[in-house]
Amino acid sequence: MADEPLVDWEWVLEHLDDLWAATYEHLQLTIIAVVVGLIISAVASLLIYRDRRFYGPLTGVAGLLYTIPSLALFALLVPITGLSILTAEIALVSYTLLILIRNIMAGLDGVPREMREAADGMGYTPWQRLARVEFPLAVPVIVAGLRIATVTIIGLVTVAGLIGQGGLGALMIRGFSRGFPTQIYLGAFLTVVLALMADAALLILQRAVTPWLRHGVR
Amino acid sequence: MELLSETLAWFTDPQHWQGSNGIPLRVLQHIYLSTVPLLAGLAVALPLGLAIGHTRRFETIVVAIANLGRAVPSLALLLIFLPFVGIGDPLIIIALTLLSIPPILVNTAVGIREVDGELVQAGRGMGMSELGLIRRVEFPVALPVIIAGMRVAAVQVVATATLGAVVAGGGLGRYLVDGFALQDHPRLVVGAVLVALLAILTERAFAFMDSRFVSPGITGRHLTPADLAPPSNQPLIPT
Repeated sequence: MADEPLVDWEWVLEHLDDLWAATYEHLQLTIIAVVVGLIISAVASLLIYRDRRFYGPLTGVAGLLYTIPSLALFALLVPITGLSILTAEIALVSYTLLILIRNIMAGLDGVPREMREAADGMGYTPWQRLARVEFPLAVPVIVAGLRIATVTIIGLVTVAGLIGQGGLGALMIRGFSRGFPTQIYLGAFLTVVLALMADAALLILQRAVTPWLRHGVR
Repeated sequence: MELLSETLAWFTDPQHWQGSNGIPLRVLQHIYLSTVPLLAGLAVALPLGLAIGHTRRFETIVVAIANLGRAVPSLALLLIFLPFVGIGDPLIIIALTLLSIPPILVNTAVGIREVDGELVQAGRGMGMSELGLIRRVEFPVALPVIIAGMRVAAVQVVATATLGAVVAGGGLGRYLVDGFALQDHPRLVVGAVLVALLAILTERAFAFMDSRFVSPGITGRHLTPADLAPPSNQPLIPT
């Protein structure tokens, strides 16, 4: 294939809307997985917060799911849920759980004892203390987990291309089956760009919601 | 339930235990496709990580490799060398080797750098050479972190070897890719369970290595918690 260029720029310019559509679809699949994963992880973390004994079993299950290769998890689900977006999302969500639960708990556990005591002293109920003191202070660690989860899922969504889901993975696979490297390289490039941009966006979000960190007050 | 009985029937069919598409050969292919890149990655990343961690030079390169390693999807890694190498085992081995390098390199460099400076000073005071310091002080102390990096790399490689079937590789991924194409559910489930077991076994094997090879002085099995260096976080990168 050395005689033809690796990237056919003419094709790229003619297919900008297809590339945008694939990127957008990729982002959608990612956002659904991360949001649903965050909700499940938040509920699991509340359980652990109330009763520490849940920590071992819940992170154990999440860890097991995390170890199963994505293609294998898709294959286990396909006989039940078919080659559907549901199959893709169940698998993708399951990969966010370990990262998110660990970081939420690490964030909450990292709140200094004096802060908890101050909140108790001000007459906060346990729920108020969690919502107004512990959670805001845990936000940087939680967002750190969210960033890892998001970048991870953006990578894994490419594998969902193999079970007929769209996005940039499907673009790369089309390029592979047609023997057209342009689609492979653009898919890979756009996936990396999407991951870096999502990471930066979450970092900016975290800075915006934790203004007190900006002044060096800890 | 029908799926379960069909899957069991597929799994126990003697036809599926022999020949070029049989379970034993596919498992062996998978182990081969995972072991070669892992050893190659180790051969590159371990000495490099030791050198960077010890000299504390080029650390920004390590950070860049770590970030890039996380952002480049494994499927992309498999496909981007295709125009140069063509389909087949060499393509898979190159991609998986590159995949295995970042976790080992990062954990080795960080693990060595985080070794208590007083230990290194003590070694120097005893007249150890730089190589002696690495071999007898820094490496044993950093070993849990290094093994954690190897564990992440190994699980990732075993998982991504599955994707090798997309580019006409062998291994257990064949059952998955062919199973999707043929809509053969028993084949899919058998392949998925075998791949998952192999990944979990790999993970367990490195956990065992950690408990077996790390000095009791480091793990603290004979020490009080106050004597310990803090355990490091392993990076989380699934595949």
